[in-house]
Amino acid sequence: MSVATITTQDSEPVFHVIDEHDHPEGASTMLGFWIYLMSDCLIFAMLFATYGVLGGSYAAGPSPKDLFDLKLVALNTTMLLLSSITYGFAMLTMEKSRIGQTQLWLAITGLFGLAFLGIELTEFAHMIHEGATPQRSAFLSSFFTLVGTHGLHVTFGLVWLVTLMVQTARFGLTEANRRRLMCLSMFWHFLDVVWIGVFTFVYLLGMLR
Amino acid sequence: MTTKAHAEAHTLEANAGHDHDDHGGAAHGSLKSYLIGFGLSVVLTAIPFWLVMTGAIADKQVTALIVLVLAAVQIVVHMIYFLHMNTRSENGWTMMAMIFTVVMVVIALTGSLWVMHHLNINMMPIHDMSQMP
Repeated sequence: MSVATITTQDSEPVFHVIDEHDHPEGASTMLGFWIYLMSDCLIFAMLFATYGVLGGSYAAGPSPKDLFDLKLVALNTTMLLLSSITYGFAMLTMEKSRIGQTQLWLAITGLFGLAFLGIELTEFAHMIHEGATPQRSAFLSSFFTLVGTHGLHVTFGLVWLVTLMVQTARFGLTEANRRRLMCLSMFWHFLDVVWIGVFTFVYLLGMLR
Repeated sequence: MTTKAHAEAHTLEANAGHDHDDHGGAAHGSLKSYLIGFGLSVVLTAIPFWLVMTGAIADKQVTALIVLVLAAVQIVVHMIYFLHMNTRSENGWTMMAMIFTVVMVVIALTGSLWVMHHLNINMMPIHDMSQMP
């Protein structure tokens, strides 16, 4: 009798999982990185809102029409867009484990990123030379904060890119390096998305004001 | 508690809990999807620049509206073709995080612009010299 009772108790289904199931290393990295990107997106949203509010306060200083050169901005946009597609090619060759091609595409991406930064810094230097410094008006303060923050992101993206190229050269396309390259891929494409907002909201709408 | 029950629990877990890891991770792109995304981006960038640089449409408000709509479309294109956004990756949590962010951004942007616009209009100093003593 007692044996039967024990048997029925034993055969009762267990609905809870006793052990924590395995979390392979890096399994949650992509989701975590995505959430970081979303929080970064909120930072940019606040800077866009600031620019939206202050963008028309010139303090009798220069307005977007006096300062912006749309041809230069178009060239800049092209650089960033090309760097996005070349990073995409780097990811495709990475999936096929062609390390040489991956490095080549990463290097091309880095050069496009560098060209973007160079053009942006030329533009900034030109503006500052003309007296359109961040201190000049609320419009220029918010402009330099927004576009400068984006440029700073690109700069750190480039530092990260070079770091990963060195890592890949030394250790190959290991699981960890692939994961890191995928994170940088998301970061890089995200910066391109933010730039769509910048060239639309700041440059194109600025010229239409 | 026997080893049998323990094993059953593990089987259950393997069926229900671990299944998602196979197809629940981050999505990958293909050469085709990257090229489609790039082509669309080029067109969606070129049109607004052309509109503003040539002034093809005389009405500035219409131009601004078209530019904003094209930017929104391009952001969606980048999300789908470059960032591989879909409702399945990471069991939909990337999509949930993005929807939350979009809601926050829309509230913050429209709220700020709306409130500050009214503040600007209502608190503008009145330059009416006839009122001066």
